[in-house]
Amino acid sequence: MSTSNRIEASPAPSGGQSIKATIGQLLRRPEAGSLLGLIAVFAFFAILGGKVFLASAGYASWLNVAAEIGIVALPIGLLMIAGEMDISIGAVIPAASLTVAIVSGHYGLPEPVGILAGLAVGLIVGSFNGYIVNRTAVPSLIVTIGSMFGVMGLTLGFTVLIAGSTGVSLVPSAAGKAILGQFIGGMFEVTIVWWLLFVAAFFYLLHISPKGNWILALGGDKVSARNAGIPTARLTVALYMLSGFSAAFVGVSQVFVYQSAQVLAGQSFIFNSIMCVVIGGVVLTGGAGSVVGIVFGTLTFAIVNQGIYFTGIDPNLGSIIIGALLLLAVMTNDKFRQMAVSFATKKKK
Amino acid sequence: MSDKVPILELQKVDKSFGPIDVLFDISLKVRAGEVLCLLGDNGAGKSTLIKTLAGVHKPTRGTILLDGKPVEFSGPRNAQEMGISTVHQFGGTFPLMSIGRSFFVGVEPTKGWGPFKVYDRKKANEIAVKAVQDFGITRIDDGDRLVGGLSGGERQSLAIARAVHFGARVLILDEPTAALGVKQAAHVLRIVNEAKRRGLAVIFITHQVMHAMTVGDHFAVLIRGAIAADFRRGEKTREEITDLMAGGETMADLEAQVESYMASHEGHPPPPAQ
Amino acid sequence: MSGLFGQFIRRPEFGAMLSFVAVIAFYVAFGGVSLSSLFGAASWINFAANLGIVALPVGLLMIAGELDISIGAMIPAGSMSIAILSGYYDLPIVVGILGALAFGVLVGLANGFLAVRTSVPSLIITLGTLVAVQGLVLAGSVMLTGAASVPLNAPAWAKLVFGQLIFGKFQVIILWWFALTVIFGFVLHAMRYGNWIFAMGGDEVSARNAGIPTNRLKIALFVLSSTAASFVGMCGAIQFNSAQVSGGMNYIFNTIVSIVVGGVLLTGGFGSVAGIFLGALTFAVVSQGIYFTDIDRNWSNLIIGVMLLAAVLMNNTFREIAMRYVPKKSK
Repeated sequence: MSTSNRIEASPAPSGGQSIKATIGQLLRRPEAGSLLGLIAVFAFFAILGGKVFLASAGYASWLNVAAEIGIVALPIGLLMIAGEMDISIGAVIPAASLTVAIVSGHYGLPEPVGILAGLAVGLIVGSFNGYIVNRTAVPSLIVTIGSMFGVMGLTLGFTVLIAGSTGVSLVPSAAGKAILGQFIGGMFEVTIVWWLLFVAAFFYLLHISPKGNWILALGGDKVSARNAGIPTARLTVALYMLSGFSAAFVGVSQVFVYQSAQVLAGQSFIFNSIMCVVIGGVVLTGGAGSVVGIVFGTLTFAIVNQGIYFTGIDPNLGSIIIGALLLLAVMTNDKFRQMAVSFATKKKK
Repeated sequence: MSDKVPILELQKVDKSFGPIDVLFDISLKVRAGEVLCLLGDNGAGKSTLIKTLAGVHKPTRGTILLDGKPVEFSGPRNAQEMGISTVHQFGGTFPLMSIGRSFFVGVEPTKGWGPFKVYDRKKANEIAVKAVQDFGITRIDDGDRLVGGLSGGERQSLAIARAVHFGARVLILDEPTAALGVKQAAHVLRIVNEAKRRGLAVIFITHQVMHAMTVGDHFAVLIRGAIAADFRRGEKTREEITDLMAGGETMADLEAQVESYMASHEGHPPPPAQ
Repeated sequence: MSGLFGQFIRRPEFGAMLSFVAVIAFYVAFGGVSLSSLFGAASWINFAANLGIVALPVGLLMIAGELDISIGAMIPAGSMSIAILSGYYDLPIVVGILGALAFGVLVGLANGFLAVRTSVPSLIITLGTLVAVQGLVLAGSVMLTGAASVPLNAPAWAKLVFGQLIFGKFQVIILWWFALTVIFGFVLHAMRYGNWIFAMGGDEVSARNAGIPTNRLKIALFVLSSTAASFVGMCGAIQFNSAQVSGGMNYIFNTIVSIVVGGVLLTGGFGSVAGIFLGALTFAVVSQGIYFTDIDRNWSNLIIGVMLLAAVLMNNTFREIAMRYVPKKSK
């Protein structure tokens, strides 16, 4: 356990620290491809979008999008590194929103109670997912599709039952608004700050704390990981609770930003977060990836998604770019990984 | 027996992947009704050798002779058509398919005509069950059973019976006993003997010396891609073979080393070599 | 476990049958539904037919160990193709039909080619094409027609074949669904291709070594699934005289749920066409049949979620039983 927490294929070559070796080392890092993609996409829209895109309103538009997806993409990325999936986040986001709105808006209980209830919804769904994934041989894709439908049904059913409609509004207090829902400088959602905090926490978790190694090991080879004494079952549950919690956090903060909660929000997060993670260089089959890569992937996705509005291009073409980018990303990531692996084998010989 | 032309022969075969040499100067022969045991530790090049024999890889240098004539396989399918069949560790069978269906994968018997050719389940089951029973596995009598319900030894036997049924003359068995218990392994060794009795040439890859010695006529030990020893039945003892496989370093020496390390390191075993 | 019942319990569709019966029983017991009005109703059968036509080829893909979620974009793509060609440009309806199907074939080829040529999981590949096709259809229709909805007036014969109502309520697509179920059932269970699909899903490398053209087979299956989705979209456009760029995304999870409830193993190698058929029917009963009950329709998603998890666990158990099965006489 005392070995490096990082997943570089190999330490730097022992001899001369030439520039070539450093570049090679950088290229073999899992986030290399996603950084190149990010730079390319940013340059593309900076040229086409011009001044408006580079003004603070431009930054705000895509940072706001990136922050919301980014908070969900982080734990989804960790789950994918660990070899699992979570579709249910698409239902947890509105479920948490509505819980806050119903508890604090409809029933008028204090906001902290509503927020805690909303976050608890995420933790409950997450632990349910983790429990079922551990207890059955059912692939997590299916388990979480099941819980997505289940949570969606519960949210719809209870909301209509309690509030009588599919949307519930909440007028946040000044404090609540300031912490979760304000626009800094009139345009930057405070969620961006929260995202940065999440990034720091996840970076610590995956790359600095020993638990990070556990996650990588879990995705690389579950049986070996268990044999090495890693509590794989508890780790799986914890990861699902983390993704449930993060999705719930996004749902809660959405209520404070938009002052109302809708039953059908959140579906787009399912595929968008997976795309961010994959563009960020995480291997879908598990065992490799980095938090920095996920952040790059999220930024890339958000820039394409929003930057297109600053150009003369039909906004709908943005999704073609995202689709192409996704395929390009997985293929180049494949290449980078092969490079990393083959590099390691040569060193051993 | 030894004056017959070998069915399959390798002459000075080298195989490299780019700059890495994996097989070096391999010469081997296997005759009809003979079991050639290929012994070697992990990473000795066994699987590359198997893949070369099975037509997956082409030799970089050297020739493969079939019935004394040089051949080049265009692919695994081609090698199979020429009678060389490989059976992998878990039988290469499909756990959720029925015995009849998996037996005939790729060459399904059909009845009917034109676009309405229908898979002939009854015929497939009959032939599959008979082929396995001919090998002495009488417990298999229902072709509709799923392969996943068979024991490991039965699965291996099914795969071997399948290869023989489809005209294999050379049978390459890749670690057939590695994942099996003692009883199941004995089961498979009996099947190997039966294949030998029927006049097949068998190449039996293993790192379990005991299993090799039970059925082998001829042994070759592979170390770092080259043949380190080539001998016939009865020429070497079990200990000698084990030592050869460990790369010349005798097991006894190694054990002594480990013990002295542990004695001087408060009972901790030595760290694994990189 | 012997005899006819024993044989039935080992079939992949047994769980699906059970789910179907259980859902109806649940609705009768707790929803006060009257069976005659439920079985006389067209809404859920229409729903099942549209879903089922897509679920059949996607189910075959799943048996072969792959997944296709780009179908979510192919349904609007199919309807927009025919509406733009034969509605906006006024070309003969045959051109529109062929255009819609050709678009499906193209996307299927792209999916299949990428799946064969790269080591990228098909979930990600088809996620990429899903998004790309979505953008293409949106941008294309706005660019060509200036609108996100295009009217289409199909001639009588096309309506008769693809888009009319039988007895005033049953969509003709139901007949297509039945016919396709029979054809797919024949291919999967009676023809050798079916054996190839099972083998490929069980162990692709062994299947290839056994001489099965796995690459061509995989591409063909991807072509089938996106063409089927395009076909469903096309029939919708003919039926409702217009096409919208949105919609279709629900099909992604709905087909996966139907197929899995139908007893297909997500990781491949096991399943049946009868199961996929019943799975689509069950899904339709849950989501549309709820309107015939006293239960608030908002709970239907909850029922689907619970049913999915229960069905998967049940199917796992039955699969175990099937695998462990040893005929009595041999003991």
